[in-house]
Amino acid sequence: MQISVNGEIQQIEPQSLESYLFNKSLLGRRIAVERNGDIVPKSQFSDVILEDGDVLEIVHAIGGG
Amino acid sequence: MTDTIQVGSYTLKSRLLVGTGKYRDLDETGRAIEASGADVVTMAVRRTNLGQHPNEPNLLDVISPDCYTLLPNTAGCHTADDAVRTCRLARELLDGHSLVKLEVISKSRTLYPDVVETLSAARTLVGDGFEVMVYTSDDPLIAIEFEAIGCVAVMPLGAPIGSGLGLQNPYNIREILDQLKVPVIVDAGVGTASDATVAMELGCEGVLMNTAIAEAKDPVKMARAMRLAIESGRLAYEAGRMPRKRYADASSPEIGLIG
Repeated sequence: MQISVNGEIQQIEPQSLESYLFNKSLLGRRIAVERNGDIVPKSQFSDVILEDGDVLEIVHAIGGG
Repeated sequence: MTDTIQVGSYTLKSRLLVGTGKYRDLDETGRAIEASGADVVTMAVRRTNLGQHPNEPNLLDVISPDCYTLLPNTAGCHTADDAVRTCRLARELLDGHSLVKLEVISKSRTLYPDVVETLSAARTLVGDGFEVMVYTSDDPLIAIEFEAIGCVAVMPLGAPIGSGLGLQNPYNIREILDQLKVPVIVDAGVGTASDATVAMELGCEGVLMNTAIAEAKDPVKMARAMRLAIESGRLAYEAGRMPRKRYADASSPEIGLIG
C-alpha cells in the first residue's frame, strides 16, 4: 500500500504506526505525529494501523526565533 | 531582587526571551542561551528526517524542557490553518505544554506579520486552550484586538525580523503599552544592546530576540550584553528618568565659589 510521509510517497506493508516509527528509528525520539490532519498522541502509536492513502506529518524541534 | 513577569499561567524569571535559530551548532546555542539568562527559549517545528540521520543531535537534548520554558513558534507559516496545525503538533511534542508563539508572516521581503491570518489563528488557538503570545505589527488597534481575543502577551515588532534596525516606531510601542493590560514584549528588530534597553525604558515587559545574539561575532558575549541591557533598561524604567530640558542646568552648586 501507499502512504505519504512528510510529503514523500512510500510503499509499505500494512503495519501499525508504532512499527513504522520503529523501522525508521524514530520510536522513542522527541517527535510528534499528525495523521490525515489529526494529532496522534504518543500513547496511541501502537493502536493506529496505517491505511492505504494515509498522510503523515512527523515533526521535531529545531532552532528557531 | 525578585523581578518576574506573568505571562498567562507562566511566571517568567527573565525579561529577555531568546531564539535558537542561526547558531553555528547546538553547542554554541546552549552556551549563548545560558549566558543570556533567559527563561523562555523559542524553537521551531519542522519535518523530521526519516531515519537517514538517526544520531542527529536534537535541540531538546541541549535546551531541556526541564530547565527552560520552551516556546514553540509558527515561523514560516503563511496561513492560519498551518499555524494552528503547527501549534497542535508542538503541544504534542512538548507533552501538553500550551504556551505558543503565534506568527503568521507574509511572503514579502519584509516578512511583515499577516494580521488578518494571525487574528484568525489566534481565535482558534485561544478557543482550543492554547496560551498565545502573538507576534504582530506595531498597530495599536490590532494589538487591542489580540488582547480582546485572549492572547496572554502581545509582541509587536521593533523592526522587520532579522533586520537589526532597532525600534523604528517607539511612539506606537508606547501607545500599545498605554492601551494594553497583558504584557507587551518587543519581538524582532533588535540589533544591539542599546536597542533592547530602549525597548525596556519605554516600559515593555520584555524583549524577544534571536539574530542579534546568534549573528554577533561572539554570540556568547552578546548574550551576556543583552542580559545586562534588559536589566539596565528595566531598572531605568522603574527608576523614572529625569525630565528632558532644552538648556543646561549646572550639576555643581553656584554658591560658595572662590574669588
